[in-house]
Formats: sequence, structure tokens, C-alpha cells
Amino acid sequence: MTATRAQGLIRTTVEDQVLRVLRWIVIATLVAAAVFPFYYMVLLSFRPLESVLQDPGSLWVTPDEFTPSTYSDVLKSQDDGGQGFLNFIRNSLLVALGTVVVALLVSIPGAYAVSRLEFFGRRQVSALFLAVYFFPSILLAVPLFVFYTRIGLRGSLIGLLLVYVAQVAAVSIYMLRNYFATIPVSIEDAAAIDGCSRLQALRHVSLPLALPAVVSNALFVFMIAWNEFLFALLFLVERRDNWTVSLGLSQLAGSIEIPTTVLMAGSVILTVPVIVLFFIGERWLTGGLTAGAEKG
Amino acid sequence: MTPRDAGATTADRVTGRRRRSASSRVRQDARTGLALISPTFLIVLVMVVLPILWTVSLAFQSVRLLNIRQTSLIGDYSVDNFVNVVTSDGFVEALLITLVYSVGGTALAIAVGLAAALALRRPFRGRGVVRAVLLLPYVAPVVACAFVWTTLLNPQYGLVNDWGAGLLGWDEPIAFLSSRSNDLSLLGLTVPVPTALLTVIAFEAWRSFPFAFLFLTARMEAIPDTLEEAAMLDGAGAVQRFRNIVLPQLAPTIAVLTVLRFIWTFNNFDDIWLLTGGGAGTQVVSVRVFSYLTARGDIGAAAAQALVLALILAVLVVGYLKLFGRTEEQT
Repeated sequence: MTATRAQGLIRTTVEDQVLRVLRWIVIATLVAAAVFPFYYMVLLSFRPLESVLQDPGSLWVTPDEFTPSTYSDVLKSQDDGGQGFLNFIRNSLLVALGTVVVALLVSIPGAYAVSRLEFFGRRQVSALFLAVYFFPSILLAVPLFVFYTRIGLRGSLIGLLLVYVAQVAAVSIYMLRNYFATIPVSIEDAAAIDGCSRLQALRHVSLPLALPAVVSNALFVFMIAWNEFLFALLFLVERRDNWTVSLGLSQLAGSIEIPTTVLMAGSVILTVPVIVLFFIGERWLTGGLTAGAEKG
Repeated sequence: MTPRDAGATTADRVTGRRRRSASSRVRQDARTGLALISPTFLIVLVMVVLPILWTVSLAFQSVRLLNIRQTSLIGDYSVDNFVNVVTSDGFVEALLITLVYSVGGTALAIAVGLAAALALRRPFRGRGVVRAVLLLPYVAPVVACAFVWTTLLNPQYGLVNDWGAGLLGWDEPIAFLSSRSNDLSLLGLTVPVPTALLTVIAFEAWRSFPFAFLFLTARMEAIPDTLEEAAMLDGAGAVQRFRNIVLPQLAPTIAVLTVLRFIWTFNNFDDIWLLTGGGAGTQVVSVRVFSYLTARGDIGAAAAQALVLALILAVLVVGYLKLFGRTEEQT
């Protein structure tokens, strides 16, 4: 009995030691795997093409090699010998910011209704919105392509924006609804006794309380719209002046004339806003959610 | 006021008034609710629900991009598209590739996500930063990720082949994204390996393991420490504790993750289109739908194909849920 117990203890300690080492190996490997491609992206964007072709395995850039001109090359308009990414950034910003504004305008009232108000078809509508989240976009691609071709919206940024709003509104309602549910009804009842209508209560009481959720939702929607590729490809591919950054990069990536290093600079430009927003959003969420409402 | 009301006590009258105002508030709420939800509902109806119904209609008609203006709801309906699609060259192969890709990608992403969640379970200095950093592949734009991967894996000037030749002594560069299969020699055995397919599966796992990691971390934090402490006192080793305590607690989360990841990977278009364009034995059904739609302009066939994809997915998911639900009852 004691012998087996002792054996168990020995096995446990050996096992624990192996796992302790293994744990750090796993962490180091995962961090390297997650970060390295992005490090390499930035690195390549600053190296001259000839040196990349000569020594692709190098992991740093020497000061005399350092080439920031790739960025001006990729940003400049085509007339100035660049790739026109400045214009792509403008398009992406227009679509992404537009999507955020419209999606929030429709989904804040919608989420409030779903979480607070009893109306005909409330549960069915919630189920429908959840289902939209799982609809394959490729299934939507076919009819929307035909529809947009027929009504002449294909190639326009507005058309793309509408598709994005439809894709994210359901998710946004789902996210915001959960947050509204955490705000005590008693606060709104107090406002109602003071003579507030439902809409006034939403605007002056619940919305300010839900601000952290609204902000993180806005960031989330922005990131989805900024990163989106399939519909941009489907609708805008023939209209270079309307290309988004994602589409521009993917279309130019196959070309032989444009140096890979210049496109890497474009890749950095595409990635940086999303990563910056992601880190801002993380802080917003943890900071905002801790503020209690029950005290009021 | 009716005479009966006049005889009622003051208290009755007050509750009556309150009830009346409460019911008018209920009616008002119902109206406000409908008004507030209608913009979203309208957008979803026009941009999602009606298009999907229209897909069904298109799938039964002979529609090409050229005669697109003449199509209407009243057309010649037939099942030709479905017959053509299902019997066409490469459809079965595409379906199999889609399945292998989804199962492989889902399993690998969840396995890596679980390893990450376990490794980061106990607090250490800088854990918050490591957590945030591990989410990078998930939040970064897919186009940028795919571009870096194609550059890294390039046979001429890619870092992976450069290191492979220098450090591992590879004789010739490996075309990770453009070779259908390579022979792998292992312990004297030579096995053909679907290179490109494995590479896109690895990419899928790399991009989506953070999602599994997030889910599993959240669930792990809810497991009470007392269970494991008790098991530790009884002499259970770390592996035993994981197998008998942590894993059973995570099982439902893993099941949900499997469904979610499977659905998304099954429908995935972006990753494969950007990495291989559907070549070298990686043509999944969604990429086929896209090329039918744009390159061939055969809208009817594209719609039929997309519907078949959605139907198979629905059958698989329902089947899985049935199976999983039953095992859940047994335990």
C-alpha cells in the first residue's frame, strides 16, 4: 500500500517536471508561430528586393539595407508610378466606417427591442438573426451577384456596404442584446416613473450604460468590414478605383512586375489598423465592463 | 363611470387604473418593439432571406450571366443543374477534399487551441501579453496572412525552403502550394503526401486555433480548483487530473467548438482561394461555386452547387448533433 503510494508520488513528480518543461516549449512555439509571420512581413517591407532574393533566410535588416521607400511606392497613385494604396485605404475606410455607423444605427434599437420589449415574433426574429450568423456567405454570393448585376449596384461601394451591414447587423444585435440584458430593468423603471418614454429611457439611461459594449461592437464590426474579402472580390474586381485594401493586395499579389517587398509594405498597411484596434478594444472591454450600474 | 364602479372602493379603482395603464404600456411596448426591430429585419430580409430563396429558384433554372436580364420568377424549372453538377467531373473529388479539409482543419485547430489553453492555465508574468499575441492570427486580415504565407513558402525565394535547404539538407525546394503530392521517405518507407492540401489545412489551423483557445480558456476558468486539489491529495498525476477532471468538464465546449469550426471551415472560400486558387488538389466546393459563377458565368450551376453544399453541411451537422446528443444521454 505504502509502496504503491510512493511510486505514485515519484511518477507524479517526474510527470510534473516533464510537463513543466513541455509547457514552456508549447508556449514558446505558439508565440513564435503566431508572431513570426507578422515579424517577417514587417521585415520584408523594409528590405530591398535584391537582397531578399539573394538571402531569403535572413532575419534582420542592416542599416544600409533599410528601405522605407517601399511604403511610398505602394501608397502613391498609379499616375505617379505607385500602386494606389492610398486610394484603396480611402475606399476601405469609407466602407468600414459606413458599415459601423449604419450597423450601429439599426442594431442598437434592434438589440434593445429584443432584450427589453415583448412584441409579436420576438423569439422568431432572434432565432433568424442567429441563423444568419451561420449562413454560408458563398450561398449568398450567387444571388447577390445576380441581383447587383441587374440593378447596376455591382462595382459600387454602397452596394458592398449594404451587404456588410446585413452580415454584421445580426451578430451585433446578438452581442448588444446580451449586454442590455445585464443592465437592471429597475433603472429604466425609475426613468419611466420620472416620465421618460421607452425611447428616452433607451437614449438617456441604457445607451450610456451600454457604451463599452457599443464601442467594442463598433471595433468588431470595423474589423470585419476592413478584413472582408469574398464580397469585395465578387463585386469590385473590375473597378480598380473602388478596390479595398484587401482586394487590392490580393489582386496585385499575383503580378510579376510589382516587387514582393513593395506588396509587403501594402500588407503591413492592411494589417496595422486592425491590430491597433484590437489592442485598443481589449483595454476598452476590460475597463468598461467592470463599472457597475446597480449603484445608481 | 358606470354605477357599479361608483360602488367600488378607492383601492379597487386604483388597481384598476394601474392595470389599465400597464396593459396600455404592454401594447405600446409591442408597437415600439416592432418599430425598433424593423430596420434590421428589413435589411436581413432583403439582403439575406430573399436572396437565399432566390438561390433556390435560380438553381432550378437555366441561367447564364449573358441572359441574366431575361430571367424571372416564372421560368422553365428543371433539375438539370443538379444532375449536371453532381455528375460533373471533379464534383465528388471536390466534396471529398472539402471534407478532409474541414475535418483536418477543425481537429488541428481545436487540438492546438487546447494545448495553448492548458499551457497558459496557470498564471505567470506576461501571461496577458502572451494571450493577446496568440490572438493575432485570428484578428489579422486573411489577405495579408495568406500573402505572407505564400511568400514564406515560395520555392524560389521563400524562407522555409531556404532554411530547409540550409538546416535540414533538403535536396530540392518544396512547392508547398502548387504540388499535388510529394513522396515522403520515412524509415525506408515512401508514402505519397498531399502537400498542398496539408499546407492549406495547416494555414486554417494556424488562423483559427486562437478561437478555440479563447473558448476553452473561458471554460477552464470556470472549473472549480477544489476538484483538482482533492485529486492531487489522492496522488493523481497531472495527466490523470487532465483526463479525469479537466477533459470531461471541457467536453461540451469542445463539442460546440467542433460544430462551429466545422461549419465555418466547410464553407471557407477565402483561405484556399488566396493560397492556391483551388489548384493542386485543393479545390473545395466553395471555390468551385465561385469559378462557376465568375469564370463560366453559369449561374444556375453555381446556385445548385451552393445549395448542395449547404444541404450536405446541414445533414452533417444534424447527424453530429444527434450522435452527440445520444452519447450525452448515456453518460
